[in-house]
Amino acid sequence: MKKLFIYITIAISAGLIIYACNKNAPDITADVPPLQPQNIDLNAGTWKTILLTRPDTFAVAAPSAVTSADYIAELNEIKGYQKSLTSAQLNTIKYWAAGGVLRWNEIMRGLVTKYNLPAYQNPDGTYPIPSAANPFAYPLFPFANPPYAARAYAYVSAAQYDALVACWYYKKLYNRAAPYANDNTIQAKVPTSTLPSYPSEAAVMAGVTAEMMKLLFPTEIANIEQKAHEQELAMMMAGAATRSDIAAGEALGRQVAEAFIARAKADNAGKAVGTPTDWKNFETVTLARGETPWYSLETPKRPPMLPLFGKVTPFLFPAATVPTLRPGPPPSTKSQTLMDAATEVYNKIKSPSRENIQHVQFWADGVGTFTPPGHWDAIAAQDFITKNFSEVRWARNYALVNMALMDAAIVCWDVKYYYFNPRPTQINPSIKTLTGIPNFPSYISGHSTFSGAAATILAHIVPDQANKYWALANQASMSRLEGGIHYKIDCDSGLVVGSKVGNYAVLRAKQDGAD
Amino acid sequence: MRVTLKILLVGIVFMLTFQNIQAQTEQDGIMMAKENWCTGFVYNYSSWNNYWEGTFKRSNANLGTVSTQSLAFMGAYGITGKLNVLYSLPYVHTHASAGTLHDMEGLQDASIWLKWQVWQKKVQQQKYALYVTGGYSFPTTNYQADFLPLAIGLRSKTASIRLIMDYQKKNVFVTATAAYANRQNIYIDRFAYYTTEMHYTNEVAMPDVMNAALRFGYRKKEDFAEIAIVNNTTLGGFDMRKNDMPFPSNKMNFTTVGIDGKYAIPHFHRISITGGISYVVAGRNVGQATTASIGIFKVFDFASARQKQINHQTNN
Repeated sequence: MKKLFIYITIAISAGLIIYACNKNAPDITADVPPLQPQNIDLNAGTWKTILLTRPDTFAVAAPSAVTSADYIAELNEIKGYQKSLTSAQLNTIKYWAAGGVLRWNEIMRGLVTKYNLPAYQNPDGTYPIPSAANPFAYPLFPFANPPYAARAYAYVSAAQYDALVACWYYKKLYNRAAPYANDNTIQAKVPTSTLPSYPSEAAVMAGVTAEMMKLLFPTEIANIEQKAHEQELAMMMAGAATRSDIAAGEALGRQVAEAFIARAKADNAGKAVGTPTDWKNFETVTLARGETPWYSLETPKRPPMLPLFGKVTPFLFPAATVPTLRPGPPPSTKSQTLMDAATEVYNKIKSPSRENIQHVQFWADGVGTFTPPGHWDAIAAQDFITKNFSEVRWARNYALVNMALMDAAIVCWDVKYYYFNPRPTQINPSIKTLTGIPNFPSYISGHSTFSGAAATILAHIVPDQANKYWALANQASMSRLEGGIHYKIDCDSGLVVGSKVGNYAVLRAKQDGAD
Repeated sequence: MRVTLKILLVGIVFMLTFQNIQAQTEQDGIMMAKENWCTGFVYNYSSWNNYWEGTFKRSNANLGTVSTQSLAFMGAYGITGKLNVLYSLPYVHTHASAGTLHDMEGLQDASIWLKWQVWQKKVQQQKYALYVTGGYSFPTTNYQADFLPLAIGLRSKTASIRLIMDYQKKNVFVTATAAYANRQNIYIDRFAYYTTEMHYTNEVAMPDVMNAALRFGYRKKEDFAEIAIVNNTTLGGFDMRKNDMPFPSNKMNFTTVGIDGKYAIPHFHRISITGGISYVVAGRNVGQATTASIGIFKVFDFASARQKQINHQTNN
């Protein structure tokens, strides 16, 4: 019996040793070094804003002098923090020091991923629609599908950009140095810079982003406010900002956000879901043209995704430009050309190679992902990190990328619902797909339009990576053919239309004063 | 002694599974004799219409019936009468009867186990035995794990340890087994995924798994018929949300009830037939599968073949 227990003990010990094996799967951006801009862009207060008419539209009062009792008390507060920083606090500093624009974009991609979940059907086979007025009820608001996500990324990036331009304007105007520069007993826990610290750029970002999120992710306000507070506190503990730097920054950020929220409330996105009458009308109009209309391939049939998103007001060009960017019609659903196009899709998926499956999965960006715009933000982040942009330049670049992605979504959705073209599987049901078929018409490919737009503007921002962006865009585009969810013409046209949208962003980039 | 062992037999309920295939011999109280090699093929058909998203049970008209077929090459070899080596390698094909998702197929994971009869005691017509099994399994091909429910496997390299306690009185037996499986992280084809939080990496931490089974039935020489109750518990992992996609690191728990058997055809080249059927009675983030299997095995007895050879030479 004794022997038995020894054996059991040995077995259990072996189990525990195995259990102790490392399970950690760290984020690839966990150890991004602190941002140390090559150029502090001191004159960014003169860059062209997106919605603000002037960088000083919202007033920021002059700060108190560095010799004032108030300011000295603020320095003492920082010294108090620095006396006993915990490793958790140091980790928070390290996290935010990598760059506020980067971290907020990551947080936002996380929220899009979390909320990119289509609703489960009602017992009668209809689907509930998330409600902004009642966001906590099932299905949670929002359903962060690709158009919703594209718009959300764009608004947050654009608002951050305008807020940081205003921030830089006041930084240069008031020229109050960072706490570590005013008091040599304050340690800089982040790389030092000659950039004035009033108002704090971290607090501007925290304020503007938290305020935007109230509109975009209302069920997450509590978490977001906590993150905002964490970012601000991290900068104080790091010796990079005082309480008044933070307070002025946060107030400025929140005010700038109001301008963007006002625009968002009037940009038609709230009406993009459409009504049953609208949904039926697409079918009627298509049938009247003599074409086979798109049908949902889900069971029960799901209403098309945001069919009126094509009417949303773009950032980079007037709404009237949207129809002018429409490509010509796809091959008739009655034509041999379309049958051949469907056969081409079938041949791609008949016995897929592992490489094709890999492309399809890498670019799937479907349910429960950050969507193609988020994927392009992730690709952009990898290169932006290596370029050591200032925070205001990070924001400017993301604003350009994400405005291009949002406008690409608008133009793409306009085209999709203008032609209301069926998916390959609707034409040939033997076409089985390597990822879920998105619930909206086929022509033109959303991935391709997004990728064409993103590659165009990114190639302008990071010219040395232009070839890579176009290789990725082509891969993303072709992955939709390889996955069996698009005809080749959807992909080819999508890239062309997307690059046209991207060119508007390039045009803006050349004129915004930052190039 | 007897009481203690009985308590252990009844009290310990642990074990491990691999996603589709269970080598019967890896979990039972039977050993191959020295220099005996038993090998063969097992065909498995498993299907489900209903599944659980967390604790929410549903069907899905966009999947219909999800079926998995596999053909596994399996076997066991007696290094000694107390130490066996066992192996398994399945080819797997998955299919959804409705919706548009593509079938997947390919060679899945190879498994190898060492099974050691640690202790055995015979008292009149009663036998007690304790076995320890150590196993390792690894993907043999670069299949995609992140395409559930149609992925052919989870890709995780898995090390497992199992205790098997067996009690037999005349021809009636009861076997209690418990296993712990350590699963290594896997790599998927995308660089961001959401569990209960966001992850910016293609690496996925796979929770470990415990598996327990209680088997009882009739056993005579190589033949047996048994009822098996099997529980699989993922230690960690997360629940699928309503209408979300499944993910390899989900908390996949299930309890199955089934019958298994093995029958050696008398005086026929030492060929035996195995078969079984099982049903998931409770689950979490898995399909409510009914699984049927049938196998054919042949025993090659190298020891007696050599003895015959020796006899033959001696007679000459």
